[in-house]
Amino acid sequence: MDPIRTIHSRTVVMPSSNIDTDQIMPARFLTTTTRDGLGKHLFADWRYDGNGQPNPDFILNRSEAVGCQILVAGRNIGCGSSREHAPWGLYDYGFRAVVSTEIADIFRNNCLKNGLIPVVVDESTHAKLIATPGSLVSIDLEGCVLTLPDQSTVPFVIERFARYCLLNGVDETGYLLSKSAEISAYEARTQL
Amino acid sequence: MTARTLFEKLWDAHEVVAETADTPAVLYIDLHLTHEVTSPQAFSNLRARKLPVRRTDRTFATLDHSTPTDTDQLFGKIPIRMQSAAKQIHEFEKNCAEFGVELLGLTHKQRGIVHIIGPELGLTQPGKTIVCGDSHTSTHGAFGALAFGIGTTEVGDVLATQCLLQRKPKTLAVNVEGALPFGVTAKDLVLAIIRELGVGGGTGYVIEYRGSTIRALSMDERMTVCNMSIEAGARAGLVAPDETTYAYLNGKPHAPQGAAFDRAVAHWKTLPSDADARFDRQIDIDASTLEPMITYGTNPGMSIGISAKVPTQANDEVHAKALAYMGLTAGQALQGQPVEFVFLGSCTNARLSDLRAAAAIVKGHKVAPGVRFLVVPGSQQIKHLAEAEGLDRVFIDAGAEWRESGCSMCLGMNGDLVSRGSYCVSTSNRNFEGRQGVGARTLLASPITAAASALAGRVSDPRSRLTA
Repeated sequence: MDPIRTIHSRTVVMPSSNIDTDQIMPARFLTTTTRDGLGKHLFADWRYDGNGQPNPDFILNRSEAVGCQILVAGRNIGCGSSREHAPWGLYDYGFRAVVSTEIADIFRNNCLKNGLIPVVVDESTHAKLIATPGSLVSIDLEGCVLTLPDQSTVPFVIERFARYCLLNGVDETGYLLSKSAEISAYEARTQL
Repeated sequence: MTARTLFEKLWDAHEVVAETADTPAVLYIDLHLTHEVTSPQAFSNLRARKLPVRRTDRTFATLDHSTPTDTDQLFGKIPIRMQSAAKQIHEFEKNCAEFGVELLGLTHKQRGIVHIIGPELGLTQPGKTIVCGDSHTSTHGAFGALAFGIGTTEVGDVLATQCLLQRKPKTLAVNVEGALPFGVTAKDLVLAIIRELGVGGGTGYVIEYRGSTIRALSMDERMTVCNMSIEAGARAGLVAPDETTYAYLNGKPHAPQGAAFDRAVAHWKTLPSDADARFDRQIDIDASTLEPMITYGTNPGMSIGISAKVPTQANDEVHAKALAYMGLTAGQALQGQPVEFVFLGSCTNARLSDLRAAAAIVKGHKVAPGVRFLVVPGSQQIKHLAEAEGLDRVFIDAGAEWRESGCSMCLGMNGDLVSRGSYCVSTSNRNFEGRQGVGARTLLASPITAAASALAGRVSDPRSRLTA
């Protein structure tokens, strides 16, 4: 995983609340056995019509969405399934951060493990971001600060260890493997 | 010692390394359930790092999500129609063989939906930590086990280390009092709880379902309630173990046997929350005022009593968008709404008691013309038991399809699909847009509401078909 420090990008805004994992990555694309190439299926049922043609009204099919790395979504994005295919698809498409007032638990965890920064902001910041799609926003992971186009700054919270992993491009599996002596001791102690 | 909740006792007993400000806790996982969809990339990760599965004796595998429920495809008489699913199933078989994980393969008599077979085989037990790459792992909490869904990266972590990095969640007590009225089931109760909490209301919490109503539920019913905890955003739901739990587990193949069972029960009796334990949050539900529930929208929180009208919510874009997708109008009744599909199945409601309850309504009647009624037992064992009681004949004689076990029409990835624009009364757990197929319109309800609706060809109140 590549280290991440800052993201400076225009936003894509999807104001609906409760955007669930079945919208982000419909189940029929879950029969893959790799994590690659899921970006083309991202939001497939909103992005393409019944004949597989791009729906011109959907934000990801519009020119202003090209190259955007920050997705601003309505409250409770990522609710539903534990499918990691959802963050894999978002990352593969090019997103590097998801901003909302509330981000579902398992989805947030999965984002953190895949180089996608989940940023939870207050209602008023969120309202500003929703009202100004395409605005230029900075996300500084080291300082945990989001900077709005008017240069006002908003702090956000990321679990410290996950932040350390993102900043340094290390994964948690390696950390867990380094605890194998403690794990063996636990197994011995509890007679497992 | 300070009073502790059931959750806190489970958490404390599994901390390998306690959490600090800088690092999450290292939490030991007693049981890891795996399936074909969320594990391939985890096994690839192990292979890339040249790592074995640390505890094959604590890892179990089944095939359910992309597995066909058509008999000929399942038993190899004809090829599996979805090629990507066939490839995924084959890769899972290879992975399990290579890493030494016990797989209940396609034709195994104990195969079934992962959250149905864990309890059925007695793998699920009070006091355990249980994970699976599936959000409905919360089901196993019905036994007083800390059980939650994880992503594929975490599946890899557990395969490699039998542990997970976790921050301690908060606790939420859902206190339910009052007897469930006639025709009101555990499914209706949990839909009412989700409506009360909202689909994000449980985020960051582990729920403990408490109160006399919960104590009176069977294990099957407790599993239905815990199963849908994630639909309120809570990763885990718990019910304290009691005599109902012990009676269910006694004699199950993987449960402790003989004297070991008695010792286990003595330990399980120490697990319930202490009388003066404190929860971070509490809500109270009066079960006695509920009626059969049904969803009208595109998340499980959008539900109404079956005799109610679709609510009006002015200036609510989400509500308007959901109704447009569902082809429904605010103020209309759902009862009487024509349906083209009825699905009885899923990890929420495909246990023997669900099939029996539905069969009691269906018996001697016919499925309405134009309705496709799919009945999918939760496991091969349940299918076998149901057939021994003649339930298959009841459904088949009525005109329903009787299938092999699997996730089936709960999610459109195994060939069982609701067609675009069609309505489906479904006993599953999610009514998200497109979940049951592109453009499918899902109405979540109980098995008896589903059965009554299949006969009527319309959304139907099950109470009219029940004898008191």
